[in-house]
Amino acid sequence: MTEALVADFGAALDGLDVTWSRTASEGFEAAVDEAIVSPAVGAMLPFELVSLEGTDVVVQPTPTQLTEAVTGVTAAGLGIAEYGTVMIQSRPSGDEPVSLYPKRHVAVLRRSDLVAGVPEAIEWLGGEFAAGRDNVIFATGASATADMGELVTGVHGPGEVHVILIEDL
Amino acid sequence: MSSRRHTAEKIRHLLETEGDAVRANATHFNDRRYDAIERFDRFEGLRDEARSIKEEAIEQLPDLIDQVTEAVEANGGHVHIAADAEQANRYIEEVCRDEDADVLVKSKSMTTEEVEVNDHLESIGVDVYETDLGEFVIQLADEAPSHLIGPAIHKSKDDIARLFNEVFDPDEPFETSEQLTRFARDYLGERIREADVGMTGANFVLADSGTIVIVTNEGNARKSAVTPDTHIAVTGVEKLLPSVTELGPFIELIARTGTGQSIAQYVTLLSPPTDSPTIEFERPDHPIEGGQDDREFHLVLIDNGRLDMRDDADLRETLYCIRCGACANSCANFQNVGGHAFGGETYTGGIATGWEAGIYGLDSAAEFNDLCTGCSRCVNACPVKIDIPWINTVVRDRINQDDDQAFDFLVEGLTPDDDPGGVDLQKRVFGNVDTLATLSSATAPLSNWFAGSGPVKWAMERFLGIDRRRDLPQFRRQTLRSWYADRGSRVTDPDRRAVLYPDVYSNHVLVERGQSAVRVLEGLGVEVVIPDVGESGRAPLSQGMLETARRNAEHTASVLENYVEDGYDIVVIEPSDLAMFRRDYDRLLPGERESIANDSYEVMEYVYGLFENEGDPEVLVPGQGRPLAYHSHCQLRTLGLEVYTEAVFDRLGYDVQTSDVECCGMAGSFGYKSQYYDLSMAVGETLADQFDDPSRQIVASGTSCQEQLDSLLDREARHPVEIVDPWTT
Repeated sequence: MTEALVADFGAALDGLDVTWSRTASEGFEAAVDEAIVSPAVGAMLPFELVSLEGTDVVVQPTPTQLTEAVTGVTAAGLGIAEYGTVMIQSRPSGDEPVSLYPKRHVAVLRRSDLVAGVPEAIEWLGGEFAAGRDNVIFATGASATADMGELVTGVHGPGEVHVILIEDL
Repeated sequence: MSSRRHTAEKIRHLLETEGDAVRANATHFNDRRYDAIERFDRFEGLRDEARSIKEEAIEQLPDLIDQVTEAVEANGGHVHIAADAEQANRYIEEVCRDEDADVLVKSKSMTTEEVEVNDHLESIGVDVYETDLGEFVIQLADEAPSHLIGPAIHKSKDDIARLFNEVFDPDEPFETSEQLTRFARDYLGERIREADVGMTGANFVLADSGTIVIVTNEGNARKSAVTPDTHIAVTGVEKLLPSVTELGPFIELIARTGTGQSIAQYVTLLSPPTDSPTIEFERPDHPIEGGQDDREFHLVLIDNGRLDMRDDADLRETLYCIRCGACANSCANFQNVGGHAFGGETYTGGIATGWEAGIYGLDSAAEFNDLCTGCSRCVNACPVKIDIPWINTVVRDRINQDDDQAFDFLVEGLTPDDDPGGVDLQKRVFGNVDTLATLSSATAPLSNWFAGSGPVKWAMERFLGIDRRRDLPQFRRQTLRSWYADRGSRVTDPDRRAVLYPDVYSNHVLVERGQSAVRVLEGLGVEVVIPDVGESGRAPLSQGMLETARRNAEHTASVLENYVEDGYDIVVIEPSDLAMFRRDYDRLLPGERESIANDSYEVMEYVYGLFENEGDPEVLVPGQGRPLAYHSHCQLRTLGLEVYTEAVFDRLGYDVQTSDVECCGMAGSFGYKSQYYDLSMAVGETLADQFDDPSRQIVASGTSCQEQLDSLLDREARHPVEIVDPWTT
């Protein structure tokens, strides 16, 4: 079942031109360093067993670091297999600006947080909202516009997205 | 009359200046919508769900307003319910004054266009920057949005480059979309950083958590909402949903019906003030931190006529609108002329009639309401199943009643309708086409010579606005009914019995197709009767003459119902009349007339059904690969019935090419009207372009499609039933 979800998720990401990689929690730091383009900033990951410490990512960046970073690394609270969507939750650690300002966004997703579709995501959100975690972005692919005549990616938000899937969490 | 000329000139000008860009963009959205929905098998189920959620939410609206007020205040934000634009602007002004704001950045919001907040803020010295690139373009051009979600779709890339080069005078002139986008992003990125206040709209508001939901592709709303410390969200009260639980269907629908994406790039749920850190660009080397305590949030909920719309049985549905623009994209007239003609003060496309009538009043809706021809192509496109043609009809009726134009007694005999004297003469003539047809048949061919003569055509254009470039219908002395009365039935041992509905055109003008229908049905073992039954109500309905439509419908329904009770099927040639029986009678004659809807069939649909029930295809003309070019009919397609004609042709071995335009552009009386002739022809051209193979016989199901195709192409169009009728070959 979950392998099928991963396959769907991967296919959706491919369709969005979002790159992705799979890693065990053990090789997580290396996977991060491979996924980022420096300089990189990040928001602390709310996960056990993995962290951005030991990577080249600067957490709690200054405004200067934020605007000069090429890559922003954040957690994704949930992934939606059907659409290749990652859910970014706003936190005091700065997930929102970190996933928004740099040109490249790297989202870290635990395999167990992958769900099939929007109905499952809404059900999960019901619980999150009840717990007061009620700021969240469904982010699907890179920011884009066709307002200037043709489709251009990378507008106000990131132009590149990469997802790291942690297999054993 | 001068207003007709003025309308014609305005439309001609827009066709020339904006038509190409609008057509390219709107049809692109529309094609993508079809693709996205074809790939998505849950579409219909989600539409039903979305519809009932919206119905329920509007029902509960006063409670939801109380709930959201409580929730936002509990989160630490402020709520202001603005009765009108002035109250909204005054509140927003106060917030800006308290913040000492010099610069305000905005993400796209039609509701802020509605209240004209930009003008107000500029007048008190606040610089306002639109950060959605489409909105930025029209802000620079000082124009109004031409589309609900693509405000600048009337501009081509070259238009935008010219504008940017003029305004910003860059060292290297901009040429590509890429260059323009990069420049605008960087320029607006700086404005966002220096802004004191960020203003957004909201696509949805979740009452129980005080959450605003914003759907975007660019990411500008995210930046505008969270970068400045102060966030003002401005939105209509109708955007309220009870909770996050109800949001799901809309996330999966709104981008599909809007742009044909399966989901938007960003669906942002914010319950401000958020605990996301504020970014102090003036302290560039301090780690970002803080959050909730430094943030301020104001939710401005706008009434501005919406609560009255809620109490208005016919306009209420408008409040279900999620403003995706699908009704505009699926509209042939909109595709060609865009929202600067097909729109009012703020809103554009088919649903705009409801919004403009509810918010600004009938005068604003009257400016463009006639551009809805009732073709119904938007009906299946709307994600919340709003009956947009009905709203247009009702508003047209109200405009008619509102109009105090002097009544011309000379035409009273020709227009024996039940609608009040205020109805415009042009509408009265088209709305009473049955009377005109009866009189013209009785006096044919004299009536045709008369109507075709130069002076009369001139007078008809001058006084009725019937464009003299159009050929008028040639009325027949012998009607279908009188032909059949003379001939009688030729079926002795019938398998079935059917009423062939003698629509005005089959009876008086296109008599051959009626005769073909009789012979084809009889050949397949059906006994046919053609009763003395009047006009279905379609003609007056299309002119917004509801009382007359209701009268005609009552009469027709009561005659047909008797036949249904006696076991007859109702077979209909003219698709717009079938759509009356299947769709509109439900509105016009509530609750009573289900039997007609269930027992009426389009003639080729009926032939298909006879094939399925052991009718013998051999009695009809075999195709043997004969090449046909088939344009079904807008309303037939909305009912999903064009497939039967195709299936019958296929079964008989014809080689059929089908059109994929939304409408032929004639749309009943629309193309005859002098003020809309050019638009009608522009719409028709796209159809004609698809039928460029001269070896194909042109086939069309509707009278007006046939007339339009006849005038656009040198080949004569026929009804499908004539093609398969052995008598005609």
